[in-house]
Amino acid sequence: MFNLFKYPQLVTVISAFIALLLFVHFILLPVLERMDPDLELDKLASRIRFWWVILLGFLVGVIVGDKFLLILIAFICFLALKEFLSITPSRRADRRVLFFAYLTIPLQFYWIWIGWYGMFVVFIPVYVFLFLPLPMTLLGEPAGFLRALSLLIWIVMTAVFSLSHLGFLLVLPDSLNPAAGGIGLAFFLIVLVQVNDAAQFIFGGITKDRKVIPKLSASRTWSGLIGGLGLTVLVAWLLAPWLTPFSSIEAIWLGVLVAITGLIGYIVFTAIKRDLDFEDRGTMTPGHGGILNRIDSLVYTAPLFYHIITYLYP
Amino acid sequence: MIPLLRVFFFVCIVRPLIMIIIGLNVFDKRRLPLTGPAIIAPNHNSHLDTLTLLSVWPISKIDRVHPVAAADYFLSNPAMAWFSLNVIGIIPIERQKKDPLDDPLATSSEALERGDILIIFPEGSRGLPEIMDSFKSGISRLAERHPDVPIVPVFMHGLGKSLPKGDFVLVPFFCDVFIGEPVYWQGSVEATMAAYKTSMESLAAKCDAPAWE
Repeated sequence: MFNLFKYPQLVTVISAFIALLLFVHFILLPVLERMDPDLELDKLASRIRFWWVILLGFLVGVIVGDKFLLILIAFICFLALKEFLSITPSRRADRRVLFFAYLTIPLQFYWIWIGWYGMFVVFIPVYVFLFLPLPMTLLGEPAGFLRALSLLIWIVMTAVFSLSHLGFLLVLPDSLNPAAGGIGLAFFLIVLVQVNDAAQFIFGGITKDRKVIPKLSASRTWSGLIGGLGLTVLVAWLLAPWLTPFSSIEAIWLGVLVAITGLIGYIVFTAIKRDLDFEDRGTMTPGHGGILNRIDSLVYTAPLFYHIITYLYP
Repeated sequence: MIPLLRVFFFVCIVRPLIMIIIGLNVFDKRRLPLTGPAIIAPNHNSHLDTLTLLSVWPISKIDRVHPVAAADYFLSNPAMAWFSLNVIGIIPIERQKKDPLDDPLATSSEALERGDILIIFPEGSRGLPEIMDSFKSGISRLAERHPDVPIVPVFMHGLGKSLPKGDFVLVPFFCDVFIGEPVYWQGSVEATMAAYKTSMESLAAKCDAPAWE
């Protein structure tokens, strides 16, 4: 309970978001359903679920300590890796190699746990990259080797390496961000990314105009991009003094960067789903899919955000 | 005591394992019969099939759901026999008739009369992972005796990748469960099996799984 008073500003912001989410979940959503039963609200419901995980996760994280959040983020990496491996083709012979791919998660988060940045940042790009082929040569077969290997490396790089930067934000020293610590920075980033995602989707849905990438996505339009960017910058500017050491100008630039790189993440992952002939499985089924739809932008923004903050506040 | 143990085993061990490590996507869950008598007839890829299917029912219903399993395998030693009979709740079936007068379906038939839900794998054994084998006709022979009891075809994909026959390393993949429309006794064993096979093939076609060669 002690930590509850350590970052009072973070607790205030989380509480405000919980109040907002209660409103959306229990008042806005039923009203929308009542107004137009044909409205496809699955995507909204899926976003609401993810927001609950984020807000309650961070609330518990503030209370019991950020190590809990580290485990939660490791678990989200696991879900993302599992979904990615489940929707991509793989070779029968590589079944056990994929087991080694899962093992990268506990190791990667162990480096974060002990705060060893040097190992954290080279472990997957260097060591996993060099040595994961070994079990594949021993257990697998030569036909299709390079193809299977490249796919697996791309999956581990995005679902584990990129995403785990979110975890390293948590263990940044308090001196870097006296207002809300590393946990505040992680919360700030996740909120910006999710706000941007939702705003681009909603603005794009309201105004049907020219699409950013017509070949790939029908839901992301130029007005969606600009609306999302505006709202993200606004939220960044509002939250920055509560949660981060950023000045107003820095916060505005960060909002712009999150909006643009978030869109890049969305586009790349949409291209992957198109290639796999696999559109929005997460909303199609009531089950466990759909985590990739929620984290595609984070994969791109998390490393960038980490490097910006450590560059500006060394 | 033993029903409690069964509930504990499913609530504390099986469901967390299946939901967290594997992850289920159940399609057309409303077709799942919640009360018996009924025969659930899934394809068989992995030891996890039975536990996964049992996780689809609400916990309050599983005391009436019984997998029909090979006596020669699951009753082969006392510890496994106790666990299979009391915790998993299997109904043992003799795969090889010792006496030509024996009726291997008698225990299953009695269970249906009690109003239980039976899980019967018509492929008989797990076979090659993620490849459907030929079906044995036991489900039809039960349907012949109980023409009002529905056979519910269930197609599962993914567990053969997670834990195939002959391997002990569990690698997590999503499991998709497709539940079909019930099939009833069609007047002959062949016709019933054909109807079941057609239904399974259409369920398998709905599952566009990524290549696994």
